[in-house]
This record gives sequence, structure tokens and C-alpha cells, in this order.
Amino acid sequence: MKQLELRLTGSGGQGVIMLGVILAEAAIKKGHFAIQSQSYGPEARGGASKCEVIIGSETIDYPKVQQPTLLLALTQIAADKYAQNLPQDAVLIIDDSIELINDPGTENIYRLPILVTARDVVRKELTANIVSLAAINQILGLFSKEELLEAVLQRVPKGTEILNQRAVEAGIELVQNHVG
Amino acid sequence: MSNKITLMQGNEACVQGALYAGYRFYAGYPITPSTEIAELSATELPKVGGKFIQMEDEIGGIAAAIGASIAGTKSMTATSGPGFSLKQENIGYAAMAQIPLVIVNVMRGGPSTGLPTQSAQADIMQAKYGSHGDYPMIALSPMSVRETFDLTVRCFNLAEKYRTPVMLMTDEVIGHLRERVVVPEPGELEIINRTTSEAGVLRPRPYEKQPGEIVPAMSVFGDGNRAHTTGLFYNETGFPSNSTDNAKIMLERIFNKVYDNVDDIVQVEEFELDDAEIAFVTFGSTSRVVKAAVKALRAEGIKAGMLRAITIWPSPEKQIRELAQKVDHIIVAEQNMGQYVREVQRIVEGQARVQHYGRGNGDLIKPQELVALVKEVEHGTK
Repeated sequence: MKQLELRLTGSGGQGVIMLGVILAEAAIKKGHFAIQSQSYGPEARGGASKCEVIIGSETIDYPKVQQPTLLLALTQIAADKYAQNLPQDAVLIIDDSIELINDPGTENIYRLPILVTARDVVRKELTANIVSLAAINQILGLFSKEELLEAVLQRVPKGTEILNQRAVEAGIELVQNHVG
Repeated sequence: MSNKITLMQGNEACVQGALYAGYRFYAGYPITPSTEIAELSATELPKVGGKFIQMEDEIGGIAAAIGASIAGTKSMTATSGPGFSLKQENIGYAAMAQIPLVIVNVMRGGPSTGLPTQSAQADIMQAKYGSHGDYPMIALSPMSVRETFDLTVRCFNLAEKYRTPVMLMTDEVIGHLRERVVVPEPGELEIINRTTSEAGVLRPRPYEKQPGEIVPAMSVFGDGNRAHTTGLFYNETGFPSNSTDNAKIMLERIFNKVYDNVDDIVQVEEFELDDAEIAFVTFGSTSRVVKAAVKALRAEGIKAGMLRAITIWPSPEKQIRELAQKVDHIIVAEQNMGQYVREVQRIVEGQARVQHYGRGNGDLIKPQELVALVKEVEHGTK
């Protein structure tokens, strides 16, 4: 398996770090090596938040993403900063509210209504990270739906299982309905 | 029975390792990027009958941890950045009074409040020389989450065995990294407990070393033994002595218990050194960068290798001297403006060229930088 480097970006409080943790846990469960790291400012809410996950079949030495296989950007600020100079074959997922001001370097772009879907379809804005997670998995084909759900349910707070299950379904549909 | 495999964060591994070693007391003051150690200790210690106290500041934190250790409890305090500076006076106290204690420093960018959420390895000399006066220090530096677990256990073991404060010098990269960890089973790692005096048997000279002891058995404060603790030079009764003859003996004891046992304390990792022509000396998170660089260089047929100090203090003098006999050029890679490089230069004594590579802006060195540097060295341009 080729080493996958995922960069997940948004605003503090959107749950991109949780997204990365769930991805890494699902990968480990599947017998892969995985690491997750993050960078953020001193704020608890707002500000830029970046989470990185590397998944591979052997020990991962360098802990930071260098050549992203995939970039997720949920906010304009995150897209402005990270959606540039990507490898040609990188997958770029952006919320459809975002205007790309830089040349991202890849044409493999998924412009998905993630935030609106979380708010209006799942009916909880906070589930944008789980909607994104399901979309990422649908595009990269990392885990079966069951494996993904298991990893999600292991991490989310009790009482939110049905909500998060809906978020996973919604994320899968976003990609299935995507017209490139 | 198979070990549990889980995704664990570095700071969490520190707490789990401490609990594995029998840790029962935490006192400190939360500070990024070490806060998870306090948080998790607060939830986990009460479950095993331990105590967690958030003190008014970092000075109170280490002071309370020292007190708990004197009372016979395996104790730890954790901090970062400015908090490490605040703890310095009491680090010297613990060294002087010979009190087992684990001090964790999850290093962040400095000086001052610096870069709270970014990584650095710039407290390396402070770890050894930060408190006033002459004292030895034992400091270990992990490069992975699993190693954070193992080395925290080892910090407790060394603290208990040698009656001395021991530091875990990790950093933001490893402290906040979540990684696949194979969790050790109970009994898999060695646990060392301090030798204590028998309860109720009064020893007139509690600091008198008995034959075969590395350090005198510790009195447990409150169990009826004579126990006196002071930061002044003391004699074997434990009470202050102003005698220079006595001070000489006690200072040598404090030093020799560490330096006579360097082979027990010092651990290194050698990677691709057998036929190496150029070598890196490094420690902690930067070792991951170096390892990636060495692999890339080897793939291009360049004979590079790595000597990693797992124990940074006392420094691996013997191993670094041997390395200097073997290679012509040593690059000391560290996330600072040039600290451990001075220790390496001192040890190498001109037997090889020693060069520093690093920076202190919180930006982790990239493997390609080291690959490029080695190629420049090979072409004689650096």
C-alpha cells in the first residue's frame, strides 16, 4: 500500500481533529500503520485548525504531511492557505461555499455542499466532520461502510449514534451525486 | 495473550506509562503542550487510589510532588516552556535532597512564552544546567508514542533506583502525536521500587549507605522513622552540616551514584552505522526526520547513519567517542539554534568534524533538508 497523506483543514471547533482521529483508528483496526497530528492556534474556537493523518503499511518515520494525497478544506481561510501547490494527482475536497483564489495544482476537485448538508440534511452543523469523513472514505475507498461506522461510533458521544449514522449516509450520498 | 493495539497520543502514553510504573501522585499547573498529562492524570489517578492536585503555579506543583515522594509515593509533575523555568529551583532541591521524582517537559518554542502550540528541543541544556549549583541529571528523550510509554516507566525506575529527579524531555511533536501503539502487558516491563527503611526501626543515620547499596534506603516520612530533608548540605543524620569535608563527600555521592552507573543509565539507538561515512547525532522527535533522511540517502548509495541519544543526560560519551573514530563528519540535528552540538563537540575533541543543523522557529526539519546537506558535505561545499 502506498503511503497516504491526508491534510484536513477548517476552523477550530469544526471537528477536523476528531475526523483525523477516527480515520487513524479505523486504519489501525484494519492492520495498517497510522499516525495523526495537528496544529492549531491558541484559540479554543475559531482560528485555523489543521489535522494530518498518514496511513501506510510500514512504520511512518516523518510525522508530517509533505505531499498530500488528499486535502479537505472546510473554510475559505483554510482553502486560501492550503489549497495550492498540491501534487497533480491529489484529491481536493472543498465546501461549496469556498472560492478558490489560488491554483490548487490539481484538477481532481470535489466541490461538495458539506456544511449545508450537515445543517439541513443531518440537521446538526457539528456533524460536518463526519459528513466529510464519509465523503473522504467514499472517494479513497479506504474502508467498508461497516468499518467506517464502527470507528465513528467508537468515538462519538453516547446518544449521538443515530445522528452520526445519518451524517455518514449523507457524506456517501454527496460523493455519489457529485458531478465532476 | 495478545497485546492491545490502539491509537494513543504521546502525552497519554506518558500517563499510561507512569501508571504502569506505579505512579500515584501528580501535582502541577497545566500548560500547552503538556496539558493532556494533567488532564488524564486527573481522571485516572483517583481510579487507582492516587491523588491529583492542580497547584497555584508550577513552583507549587513540583514542591507538592517532592513532598508526596518523601512520603513514599511515586510522583510526577509535567510542564512546558516557562513552567520548566519556574520548576528549576526545586529541581536542584530534589537533586540535593536525593528525592525520586519524574519531571516531564513537553518542549515548545521559546524563549519566554514563545510558541505555545509549536515544537522545539531548546530546553536541552536547561535540563542539565537549569538549577544553580553542581548536580547530575538523568534525562531521557522519546521518539515515538510507544517509546514515551517505555521511557516514562524507565524514568520512574531510574528515579527510584538512584534516589534522584529524572526528566522525560519530550516535545510538542511527540506529545501531541497519535500513533499506533502495542500496549505492554503487566509484567512485560521491569518495575523498580525504591528501597525503604523498615517501618518503626529507628536509624540514627538515615543517610548512611549500607554495604551493597547504591543509595541509602529512604525513610518514608510519617511511618515513625527518622527522616529529615533539607536543601542545605547535610551529613548522614540528615541534618545540616557546614563542614567542607562533609560537603565534599556528599557532593561526590550525589555525582558518583549517576556517573559510576553510566552504563546502566545510558541508552542509544544505532541506525545504519556499521559502514557509515557520515553520521547524524540526534534525539527525540528529530530522530524521525533523521531516520527518513538516512533511508533516502542509503537508497541513493550514500553511506549515512544515525546515533540517537535515548538518554540525553548523562550524555552517551563512550558511544559518541567511538562514532568519532569511525566517521569523519558528524551532523548534530536538533530543533534549536545549537545546544547539544556543544556537548558533542566537547566529547569528540576534534576527532571528527562536528556541525549543527537546526532551527528554533517551531518548524520541524524536513528530511530533504538533511539529504541536501549531506550531499553538499560530500561535494565539499559545506
